[in-house]
Amino acid sequence: MVELNLCCYRNNHLDKSWDIDTYISQGGYQVWKQVLSGELTPQEIIDEVKVSNLRGRGGAGFPTGLKWSFMNRHSPGQKYIVCNSDESEPGTCKDRDIMRYNPHQLIEGMAIAGYVIGASVGYNYIRGEFWEPYDRFTRAIMQAREAGMLGNNILGSGWDFDLNTHQGAGAYICGEETALLESIEGKKGQPRFKPPFPASYGLYGKPTTINNTETLASIPMILAKGGDWFAKLGVPGAGGTKLFSMSGHLEKPANYEIPMGTPFKDLLSLAGGVWKGRELKAVIPGGSSTAVLPADKALAMNMDYDSIAKAGSFLGAGSVIVMDDQTDMVKSLERLTWFYYDESCGQCTPCREGTGWMYRVVKRIRQGKGRPEDIETLKDVSGKITGRVICGLGDAAAIPVASFLQHFEHEFRHYIDHGCSIFDRA
Amino acid sequence: MSSVDTLNIIQGDVKKRIDRWLARYPVDQKQSAVIPSLRIVQEVNGGHLTKEIMDQVAQYLEMTPISVYEVATFYSNFEHQPVGRHKICLCTNISCMLRGSDELLDYLKTKLDVDVGQVTEDGKFSIKKVECLGACVNAPMMQIDKTFYENLTEQRLDEILDSLE
Repeated sequence: MVELNLCCYRNNHLDKSWDIDTYISQGGYQVWKQVLSGELTPQEIIDEVKVSNLRGRGGAGFPTGLKWSFMNRHSPGQKYIVCNSDESEPGTCKDRDIMRYNPHQLIEGMAIAGYVIGASVGYNYIRGEFWEPYDRFTRAIMQAREAGMLGNNILGSGWDFDLNTHQGAGAYICGEETALLESIEGKKGQPRFKPPFPASYGLYGKPTTINNTETLASIPMILAKGGDWFAKLGVPGAGGTKLFSMSGHLEKPANYEIPMGTPFKDLLSLAGGVWKGRELKAVIPGGSSTAVLPADKALAMNMDYDSIAKAGSFLGAGSVIVMDDQTDMVKSLERLTWFYYDESCGQCTPCREGTGWMYRVVKRIRQGKGRPEDIETLKDVSGKITGRVICGLGDAAAIPVASFLQHFEHEFRHYIDHGCSIFDRA
Repeated sequence: MSSVDTLNIIQGDVKKRIDRWLARYPVDQKQSAVIPSLRIVQEVNGGHLTKEIMDQVAQYLEMTPISVYEVATFYSNFEHQPVGRHKICLCTNISCMLRGSDELLDYLKTKLDVDVGQVTEDGKFSIKKVECLGACVNAPMMQIDKTFYENLTEQRLDEILDSLE
């Protein structure tokens, strides 16, 4: 049996789980009080987070303790902690349920993170369409202020922490951390050239740490139960539980919080298996930017970074998109190429032009107008975006194209040769 | 929307709401409030922006007009043409597509007798095709105004549209 909801979703089943009273009844804000009283020093917290093997949950998987250690707590001037709740990667909807059902755990995590890096101000960047999560989180901030957990000289500690929400307005690219900072500054969400990294030049040019919602919401539990507890939930090198958004052709699609390293087979069973009694065809394991895997590879992998990498893809944000045996892979890729074309910020030529090329070529193949050389064209264009752009969106656009062709090239060839999908009778 | 003075939109309640957003940012960073400000004036103006309105936001936030236009055209939540009283935003990205959003979009277009980007004759609805809204485990889904409607079927779509004023 897989044990569910041990960390970020631990309170989600409770009545009015989003209220501060409920959170406090479950031990909430105890760690924050310990931190403010000096029982836990910033260095001890960083060490504990390092022991936990917590890796960033937004998709990149960077070790959180290491990221925090890049900030000089004692450097003069304003510093910021920013939470990335932009959650726009197709297939991803895990952070939404943290903000809807356990917002105080995120607030506590942000407050602790701010204290560790020396930031007295924090922003939670919530995507513009998320009204319910925004309302819940904003209300939770007000409750935390009233309870004296946020504000000036918190609990007489001499420490100030002011937390605010910021709303996006519909742009996938703002999930990229420097585009997100530009967006808070009131600009188009176009990624910055790096270096300098946000730890030295972040929001308003000040040192800034940006973490994902799930990452920050994991912090209070890591400190309450110990880094070792968290590490042991997972696998060597990647600790803890992980939220997986199970979407697509499933009997019970939902968000599941399970230990890192759980076999994919078990996760698939939790989600009720493939719908309508059909067979599994393919899985995109980490959100639309991660490589698609054929069924046999997916069924043999475990849900952790190393195992999914061995299978040929990436854990990403844990956004598992399941496809049954009647899925048209050409049509699926057409949707994804359109998405990246639509969302490219237009700053780098290889991405701005390349995403359009890839979409138009896949579209004409799907319309039965494909040319024999189109497959080579797609491989060529996708290969020329990767590594030649400022941010990850270009690579993210190329990966689906390369992987769909790697595993399902025959479906594209069928369209080109017969003018229709493998499911149509020509 | 004749009650809105579009030549002087930032006053009264609108001004108060924008000022509340300004209070969240450093005093010398007024531009940070541009997204929420545009959202507020768009809502008050019945769902879309005009040049006159954007210029007023620029003036109020001490920004150049072009900087406001850039933001207003970069982010997909902002509209530059009139929309319906209820803007139906149907997700057609991968997780929703796998569970029938294309068929649902066809159904919606036939039901309302308008295409994507158009407004119904009575001005009540407009249809917008949107990218992933982050409710993939309850696909297919749509957003109308501030509410997500999930696990959609044709029947449920009928009920939802009937329930709106």
